[in-house]
Amino acid sequence: MEIKKLGEYVWEIPKQGQMRVPAVIYTSSKLLESIKRDKTLLQAQNVACLPGIQKKAYVMPDGHQGYGFPIGGVAAFDRTTGVISPGGVGYDINCGVRLLKTEFFEPDIRSKRRELLDEIFREVPAGVGRKGLIRLNKSILFDVCRRGAEWAVENGYGTKEDLLKTEEYGRMKSANPEFLSQRAIERGAPQLGTLGSGNHFLEIQKVDQIFDPNVSQTFGIHSKNQILVMIHCGSRGLGHQVASDYIRLMEDRYGTKNLPDRELIYAPLHSDLGQQYYQSMSSAVNFAFVNRQMIAHWVRNVFRKVLGSSDGMDQVYDVCHNVAKFENHSIDGERRSLCVHRKGATRSFGPGREEIPEIYRSVGQPVIIPGSMGTASYILVGTSEAERLSFGSTAHGAGRMMSRHEALRRFRGEKIKKEMEDQGIELKATSWRGVAEEAPGAYKNVDEVVNVSHRVGLGRLVARVVPVGVMKG
Amino acid sequence: MIDIMQKFKYLQHTADAKFQAFGESIEEAFTNAALAMVSLMWDPEKIETKIEHKLCVTGRDEKQLLFNFLEDILFRLDSLMFLVKTVEKIRLVRENNRFLLEARLVGDVHSEKYETFGEVKAITYNEMEIVKNHSVMVQVVVDM
Repeated sequence: MEIKKLGEYVWEIPKQGQMRVPAVIYTSSKLLESIKRDKTLLQAQNVACLPGIQKKAYVMPDGHQGYGFPIGGVAAFDRTTGVISPGGVGYDINCGVRLLKTEFFEPDIRSKRRELLDEIFREVPAGVGRKGLIRLNKSILFDVCRRGAEWAVENGYGTKEDLLKTEEYGRMKSANPEFLSQRAIERGAPQLGTLGSGNHFLEIQKVDQIFDPNVSQTFGIHSKNQILVMIHCGSRGLGHQVASDYIRLMEDRYGTKNLPDRELIYAPLHSDLGQQYYQSMSSAVNFAFVNRQMIAHWVRNVFRKVLGSSDGMDQVYDVCHNVAKFENHSIDGERRSLCVHRKGATRSFGPGREEIPEIYRSVGQPVIIPGSMGTASYILVGTSEAERLSFGSTAHGAGRMMSRHEALRRFRGEKIKKEMEDQGIELKATSWRGVAEEAPGAYKNVDEVVNVSHRVGLGRLVARVVPVGVMKG
Repeated sequence: MIDIMQKFKYLQHTADAKFQAFGESIEEAFTNAALAMVSLMWDPEKIETKIEHKLCVTGRDEKQLLFNFLEDILFRLDSLMFLVKTVEKIRLVRENNRFLLEARLVGDVHSEKYETFGEVKAITYNEMEIVKNHSVMVQVVVDM
């Protein structure tokens, strides 16, 4: 496969064969080496073949092999000639990250870290097969899916201000739960307000470094050692089922014969099935917003209980990592509404966009990029360049470089806990084996990923945060 | 030659999990695929024999049947907190253009006494294979 180097961090697969547009990869030479080892580039090429694709198929700095689309894949489609693909969103619809700030500093909580984690562990159900604390009937679940975080705030979870500081303001209005399968409903109902497992986590962090004091101040992050809370989870079984259901329905309708990859299945955006998927996906997006809204609420309660106050525990922002939605972008000087797919990518809008809350509109959108369990995470700010370069998108995380199986052979959960403790990080997890599988050593270096984002201008560095307490589902 | 056949094995897969399961028959290979999948989330040997679920799934072809069978186990985990220990009385039938699978899932409802680890989010068709020679091998990649 021909790959042209266009700049220090920009690579292109020129249009060839069935490709309708070129594919562009934003990454470093070093990260490209690991990208080349799996099927990422081939998958990007496949995406570039889809009907109605605009400009280019993009791969973010943390790209790796996915299903259909690569993880770290971004593609935008024309409203009338374009398509929508469940593989372009992923199985964990609206897997995302919420960041809360506090007005506590690391010394304030040093002796209480264990207690905070223990209490959060009690309040927030985590791990495989764990039920949520509230019982939902179908009508409440539908309300959750239709109204997203608005539902949560009305029911006492968090504040209206949280909604302003959530992507889509916490609610995709396109949601229609009538198109969810009975299975999706039954998988979702017991799981609202649960963290899940795998790479999902909840971290108490401290600010380690501030790169851009001006912007970070706007985000409410003002001092070194200030305590933050990061929540990383998604739409749980409901979202997984929506993805599986619509892959199946689209396969039944359109067949898989001409597809290079079965999960690249798609439906025309304007078709009934395309619309039903979009409305079901939007329902799962809203479910995930509620999930994080509830967990954030419980975390605030724990801080109040253990530290005596949750004053100033404002939401910084909540971003989606797996989503498709309609946005206006410039194509050849013309403003057009496109369906932007982001799979393992973060929206990164620059100043002035109406999608971002007024308080942030002069600087750009907060972009939250979690590292792997126990390592640094980053806060970036969206840019106008990103809108030109990648439909306003950047990376979403570190990305694995070692299989779970290999990680299990190499690491021991107890030892990792000890190593983290030596670095001043408390760890609480549902299982040792899970800890070993998610060992920091099994992931790529997130520093390199955000550095590329910053250099290319997809999202600029604002602050670096490091964990002091980790809860792993 | 080994006379005791390996039930399943895991293969290298960076982000997710890939396994092959083996059997003298397609039923046995499907059973072992289910065990390979649940072993990514819990140790089936440690689950008690308390509850039995009757399962019945259909598929357009054998691959879709395997997909739907494994997905059904995930569905029972999420909706009923059901942890599978064994698959019994599994039977595959072909009826005209459809494939049908019936089985009994034996296990228990999740509680504090059980340890669970990784989470399988979804079954995929990625690199899925069903190979029939003297025996049967099925290969599956699951999203984690």
